[in-house]
Amino acid sequence: MRIPPAILTLVLGMVLVLVSLWVANDVPLLPESASINAPVYDELFRVLLAIGTGLLLGITGIVIYSLVRFRRQAGDQQDGEPIEGNLSLELFWTAVPAVVVLFIGIYSYDIYDRMGGMQSLSVHDHSPHEQLASVRHASPSDQDRLWGGIGIRGSADVLPVEVTALQFAFIFHYPDQNITSGELHVPTGRPVELRLKANDVIHAFWVPQFRLKQDVIPGQQTVLSFTARKPGDYPIVCAELCGPYHGGMRSHVVVHNPDDFSSWLEKTAPPTLS
Amino acid sequence: MTASLTPIAEPTPAPSLQPSGWLRYFSFSLDHKVIGLQYIVCGFLFYFVGGALAGVIRTELATPISDFVSREVYNQVLTLHGTVMIFLWIVPVVNGGFGNYLIPFYVGARDMAFPRLNAVAFWMIPPSGLLLISSYFVHGGAAQSGWTAYPPLSLTTPATGQILWILSVLLLGGSSIFGGINFIATIVKFRQPGLKMMMLPMYCWAMLGTSILVVLATPVLAGTLILLSLDIVAHTGFFNPGLGGNVVVYQHLFWFYSHPAVYIMVLPAFGLVSEILPVHARKPLFGYVTMVYSIMAIVILGLIVWAHHMFTSGTPPWMRLFFTIATAFIAVPTGIKFFNWIATLWRGRLALTTAMLFSCAFIIQFVFGGITGVALAQVPFDVHVHDTYFVVAHFHYIVYGGTVFVIFASIYHWYPKFTGRMLNEQLGHLHLLLTVIGFNLCFGPQHWLGLNGMPRRVAEYDPAFTFVNQLSSVGALMMAISTLPFLINVIYSALGGPMAGNNPWRALTPEWLTSSPPPVENWRGAPPLVTEPYGYGHNGSPIDLQTASGRDLWSTEP
Repeated sequence: MRIPPAILTLVLGMVLVLVSLWVANDVPLLPESASINAPVYDELFRVLLAIGTGLLLGITGIVIYSLVRFRRQAGDQQDGEPIEGNLSLELFWTAVPAVVVLFIGIYSYDIYDRMGGMQSLSVHDHSPHEQLASVRHASPSDQDRLWGGIGIRGSADVLPVEVTALQFAFIFHYPDQNITSGELHVPTGRPVELRLKANDVIHAFWVPQFRLKQDVIPGQQTVLSFTARKPGDYPIVCAELCGPYHGGMRSHVVVHNPDDFSSWLEKTAPPTLS
Repeated sequence: MTASLTPIAEPTPAPSLQPSGWLRYFSFSLDHKVIGLQYIVCGFLFYFVGGALAGVIRTELATPISDFVSREVYNQVLTLHGTVMIFLWIVPVVNGGFGNYLIPFYVGARDMAFPRLNAVAFWMIPPSGLLLISSYFVHGGAAQSGWTAYPPLSLTTPATGQILWILSVLLLGGSSIFGGINFIATIVKFRQPGLKMMMLPMYCWAMLGTSILVVLATPVLAGTLILLSLDIVAHTGFFNPGLGGNVVVYQHLFWFYSHPAVYIMVLPAFGLVSEILPVHARKPLFGYVTMVYSIMAIVILGLIVWAHHMFTSGTPPWMRLFFTIATAFIAVPTGIKFFNWIATLWRGRLALTTAMLFSCAFIIQFVFGGITGVALAQVPFDVHVHDTYFVVAHFHYIVYGGTVFVIFASIYHWYPKFTGRMLNEQLGHLHLLLTVIGFNLCFGPQHWLGLNGMPRRVAEYDPAFTFVNQLSSVGALMMAISTLPFLINVIYSALGGPMAGNNPWRALTPEWLTSSPPPVENWRGAPPLVTEPYGYGHNGSPIDLQTASGRDLWSTEP
C-alpha cells in the first residue's frame, strides 16, 4: 500500500523544521560575543537564520523535486494541466509571508529597543514645536544635536572616550584621565560612551565581536555606547570606504578586568596629572 | 549572425539610408530588433570589462596584503567594476536589450513608439562607457570613491576621474530615461486594437513598472550628481560639511535612485522568467492577475525603502522603524511571484533545457538573496553587517544569481529567434554547471566573511580570512571560465547551428509567430492578436498542437 502524500509532506515538514533549528542553534557562524548587547543580537540572528534556512531548503527542495518529478520524456509533445491560478492558494501565500515579515519586524524592533537604539539622543529633548523654532532661528543649541544608533545612555558610572576618526587611523582620548591612545582600552561591566567625530571623510567604527557599527560623519556629533563583557583583544575596523588605505585602517579594543583597567590607566596616565 | 538572413522582397522599397546586412548593427538603425541586439552585444562587451575588473579584485584578495595593484588603483577598479556592471551591463541589457526586442512584438506593433529616440538612447551608451573606462588613463586615474561616490570622499579624491565618472553616469541615466519614456508610450499607446492590458505577456507589465521607476527616480540621481559636480568644480558646499553642507542629504538623494535601481535591474528579469517558464513547463503562468499586482506593489514599495542603506548613518529612530517595515514588506509581493513560478512548474511537463535550468537556478539563488535581504532590513542585524562582505554577497545573489542568470536563460531561450539557429544544449548545460558552482563558491562564503569581520572595499584584510577569500577567488575563476563554453556556443551556433524554424519551443507569445529572424517590420501581413499568451495545456481541444501551426490558435481579427 502507498503511503499517503499528506503523511510524507508532514514528515518532510517536521524534518525541515528540525534541520532549520539545528542550523540556527548549532552551526557557529558568528564571531565571539563580547559585549552585553551581542547576545541580544545573536538571539535575533538565530531566529532569522532558522526562518531563512527553512525557507531556502524548502524552496530548493520543491524546485529540484519538480524538475525531477515533472520532467518531460523525450518525444513527449503533450502540455501540462491548464491551471491558471488558485485564489485561495494566492491568498495563503500572501498572508503567511505578510504575517511572518510583520512578526520579524516587530521582534527586531524589540531587539533594537533592548540594544538601546530607540533612546533619545538629543541633549535637550526637543518637542516638535521647539524644533521648528530652532530651525527658524538657527539657535546655537543645534550644535548639541547628537547622532547615533545603538547604546543605552544615562547611567551614572559612564566611561567617556572621545574618538577621532581620520585618514587612516582612530585616535582615542580619555578626557577624565587626559590619556591619548591609538588603542581603545575598556573595562568589563562598565558602560563606555564613545563620542565620535571625523574631520576629513566618512569613516565607520565597527567591532564585530560587539556587533556594533556606527558611521562617523564629518559635521555630525555621534555617540555610541556599549558595555564590554568578556576580556580580550578585539579588532576595530573602519567599515566605510575612506580612501586608499581604508583596508589598513584598523585598531584594537582591549577589554580588561576592572582591576587590570585601573592599573592600565595608572600606567598610561601622563605624570603631570596626578 | 545575419549571414543566413535571406533578402526579403518587400512590396515597398526599404529606406535607402538604412544599411542592410551586418552593417546595420553598426549603424543608427531605427529597427527595434537591431537596437535590441545592439544593446545586448554592447552590454556583453562591457560585461567582459567588468568581469576583468572583478578578476583584478579577486586576485588582489587572494592574499591578505595589498600586493597585486596599488591601493589607489584597487579603489578605481572596484568603482569601475560596480559602475560598469550596473550601468553598462545589467540595466542596458535587461531593459534596453530584451525590452526593445520583445515589447513591440508583445503589443503587436511594428516598432517602438519613438524609433529615433530609441536609437539615440542606445548610441549614448558606447561613448559614455568608453569615457568611463578611459578615465583610468587621465591624470589621477578613474574615480576612487566607489559606485556610491559618497562625499566628502568623492570631493577629495582626484577630481578629473570623478568628474568623468559623473559625466558618464549622467549620460547613461539619460539613455535610461529615454528608454523608459519609450517603453511606457509603446506599452500604453501602441497596443494593437483589441489587445487589453490584462492580455499582455508579463514582461510588458514588468517593463511598464520598471520604466515608471526609471522615469521617477533617475532624474533625482541626475540632479544629485550635478550638485556633486558643482561641489567638485565650483567649490559649492551642497555636500561639503566644511562649507556648511550635509553629506547625509547626498546619501538620501543617491539611494532614492539607487534602491529603485535594484528593481530596475530585477523587475525585467522577473518578466523574462515569466515568459520562459510557461513555455518550457507547458503550463499557463500561474496567477497572472496577482503577478501584475505584485509588480505594481514592488514599484510602489521600491520607492519608499531607500533609507535602509543608511541605518548606520545619521538617521532618526522613527525613520529606521519605517524603513525596516517597508523594506521587509517588499518580500511579500516578491514572494508571491516566486510561489507563482513554482506553481507554474508544479505538474507541468518540464523540458530540462538550458533556459529552464538557468531560470530554476535563478529562483533558488534569488530566494537566498531575498532571505538575506529581509535580514538586512532589520536594523539591529544591519548594524553589524552593513558595509561588509555580507552585503557584497547579498547583492551579488540578487543581481548576478538573479538577473545575470536570467539574462543567460533569456539568451538560450530567444537565440533561435534572434538568429534562426539553435544553440548547442550540451555546451549550454556545461555553461550552467560551471556558472552555478563558480557563482556559489565565489559569493556563498562571503556571507561568513562579512559576519566575522571583513569589511567591503578593502585591498587588505585580517590573515585569518585568507582561506575563505581564496575559495571565493577560485569561484570567481570558475565564473570566468564558464563564459568560454557560452562564447564558443554563441559563435559556433550562429555559423553552423541547426536551423531553428519559426517556433522551436512551440511557444504562444507573438514573437514566435513570425519567421526567425523576423522581417524588418516584424510580420508579413497583419500582426496576430494574441489574447492568451499563456494558453498552454489544452491537450484535448480540437486543435492538436502536434499537427496545427501556432497560428491556428489566434484569430487575426479582434
